[in-house]
Amino acid sequence: MKKFFPPLFLLCALALGIVVVFSNTVSSTYVPKPDANLTVTDNEPFDKMMQVLTHERCVNCHPNDGIPKQGADGHPHHFGIAGGPNNTGFEATNCATCHQSENNPYSGVPGAPEWSLAPASMQWEGLSRTEIATSMMDPERNGGRSPEETMHHLTEHELVLWAWKPGVDADGNPRTPPHVPKEEYIAAVKAWFHQGHIIPSE
Amino acid sequence: MTISLHVNGILKTVDVPDENTPLLWVVRDLLELKGTKFGCGKAACGACTLHVDGEAVRSCSYPVKFARDKQITTIEGLGSPENPHPVQQAWIEEVVPQCGYCQPGFMMATAALLKKIPRPTDTDIDNNIVNVCRCATYYRMRKAIHRAAEIQQESTEKPIT
Repeated sequence: MKKFFPPLFLLCALALGIVVVFSNTVSSTYVPKPDANLTVTDNEPFDKMMQVLTHERCVNCHPNDGIPKQGADGHPHHFGIAGGPNNTGFEATNCATCHQSENNPYSGVPGAPEWSLAPASMQWEGLSRTEIATSMMDPERNGGRSPEETMHHLTEHELVLWAWKPGVDADGNPRTPPHVPKEEYIAAVKAWFHQGHIIPSE
Repeated sequence: MTISLHVNGILKTVDVPDENTPLLWVVRDLLELKGTKFGCGKAACGACTLHVDGEAVRSCSYPVKFARDKQITTIEGLGSPENPHPVQQAWIEEVVPQCGYCQPGFMMATAALLKKIPRPTDTDIDNNIVNVCRCATYYRMRKAIHRAAEIQQESTEKPIT
């Protein structure tokens, strides 16, 4: 029987085709994955905003039990301090007994204008990001604020922005600010509101 | 920096190099009023409690610049041996102090409480008197606070003769 010898050019073409196909397969496997830190997504403003709003500098004063929290571990405020009927403590011992309008570098007591707890309706402690955002946008729970008023609160209120100048603690160690820089946070909040303040699903 | 303030009803002017100097040190070291005590220096224990415009504050954490032109009352100005404040009278009657170091702060906190709540309940006391006593005189202090409220009420009900 006569053996079949394909023409050389056919062998070369076949080999080249295999290489091409194989090469395409390999190269598609090695396409770099999106970098979560670099890639811009629709949820980026929301993500940045919520990185801040879920930080202890914010949540410690949005408790779910009327008791202010302290520190990175969010422990209950020492000495049984509570928000009381007006979120500023009680009649003769209140926030201003210890907290002034600015941080105290000697004692380590933090301070800012209007130092107080968030009202009970604005409790964030224990909520997910979307639950916090939903609460924040609900006039029944956000103090009757419109979206624009909420945006201003988040980006201009001195007590909110204190998070980036939290001073030192009782041991003289600097408190940790939110990981997102203040200007990036403000830009992210404004972008989220201007894009329709859409709350992504969990 | 020169700062004027009214201490126990008397106008005082002090020179301080740092306007953030704690009011406690101004009262103790510049004005020589040693009744207000240094405890923790962190606004935690309450030994340094005094009144600024009638409100209890922790003076170890209160920059003197905020006291400018305000009325400061220390334990020395609360009453006198001849005419003790109801809180001081009650503290004597109930023999409250043990070592005594923290007591001025407790008495100032109690005086502030009685101005806001003349007849405090135990819950009011729990909410408002959060100072720390290492001798644990809390039980006697609670009795004294109720007694002080009685004395204060009796004195206001006393007919003018």
